[in-house]
Amino acid sequence: MNARGGPLRAVVGGRKGTPREILDAPHPLLSATTEPVDPTAPEVVAAAADLLATLRRETSTPGLAAPQIGLSWRLIAFDTRLHPRTRSWAGELVLANPRLASASHWDPGREGCASIPGLTADVPRASRITVHAHLPGTGEPVTIEADALEARCIQHQLDHLDGLLILDRVPGALSLHRRLHSCDS
Amino acid sequence: MGLSAVTVLGVDRPGVIAAVTGSLADCGANIQDSTMTLLGGHVAMMLLVSGDLDSAELLKRLCAPDLVVTASAIEAQRHFCEEGGGLGYVLTVHGPDRPGIISAISAVLAEDGGNITGMSTRLTGRLYVLIADVELPKEVDVAALMRRLAAVGACLDSEITFRPVEPDLL
Repeated sequence: MNARGGPLRAVVGGRKGTPREILDAPHPLLSATTEPVDPTAPEVVAAAADLLATLRRETSTPGLAAPQIGLSWRLIAFDTRLHPRTRSWAGELVLANPRLASASHWDPGREGCASIPGLTADVPRASRITVHAHLPGTGEPVTIEADALEARCIQHQLDHLDGLLILDRVPGALSLHRRLHSCDS
Repeated sequence: MGLSAVTVLGVDRPGVIAAVTGSLADCGANIQDSTMTLLGGHVAMMLLVSGDLDSAELLKRLCAPDLVVTASAIEAQRHFCEEGGGLGYVLTVHGPDRPGIISAISAVLAEDGGNITGMSTRLTGRLYVLIADVELPKEVDVAALMRRLAAVGACLDSEITFRPVEPDLL
């Protein structure tokens, strides 16, 4: 949940974004470290709205990061409400400059990625995290405390901001798998 | 009691593993180490089996229709890493598919006496992924090795990570 107590719904400055194409690996933007943003800048607000619009279109994935739509900025969007393994649910959110403040209770889990359509991988992640960020548009600081699937999803998106894919996190040669069904996402 | 290396290759379908292992059991063969995976829709199995039958007789008696099966006699050679004898690493490579990725990367490791103890590669779309378990001699300059791996990765337009394995011995 977020520090204000209830789930949030992203508004992104009242703008209606345009869904963008999702980049597939290999693509240089997916391996590049992203730049911090001014969350109140109009172009950042527009990008956040586009990221949210893309997430809403891609119903099979609970999260996206800006590099996946071709922007090398520190923006992520997520909404894990409909995922069967969700426990915490902070809401439908776009975050600017998210920063992992704490992580604990590490667990393995199998992940897919919207930018790697054919594969899944076993990735260890913290199952309890705290993230500080700003909301695009208002620039309001927020603190997200997430667990289980939402925590995993946020960490996956944070990795994208550092140019890391699930492929960079696998613990061994037998941890890479063909994607069989959508529940791997 | 002989030791045989058995390989099985064929189109994947439910029941393939049951058929092969059932036939091995009928031959009195005991499966020791084994691995199985799917390669482009084909089932690929490798097994070390022991039993009273030599490999030629085992191959004759194995009932595995529609599968390509080989069996070869091998010497029992088990190597267990002694404590402090090597360093475990995980290598990941991903980038656009092209010929020569595995040979280029494995040559760098071999120069330093690195031993690939497990490897899987996958091609999906244009993306080629290689994950390998690597054991390095203790005296290897890992930082220098990583620089050489990074240089080869750059030539291949591929991203490379090389991380120590961190087993929790409990």
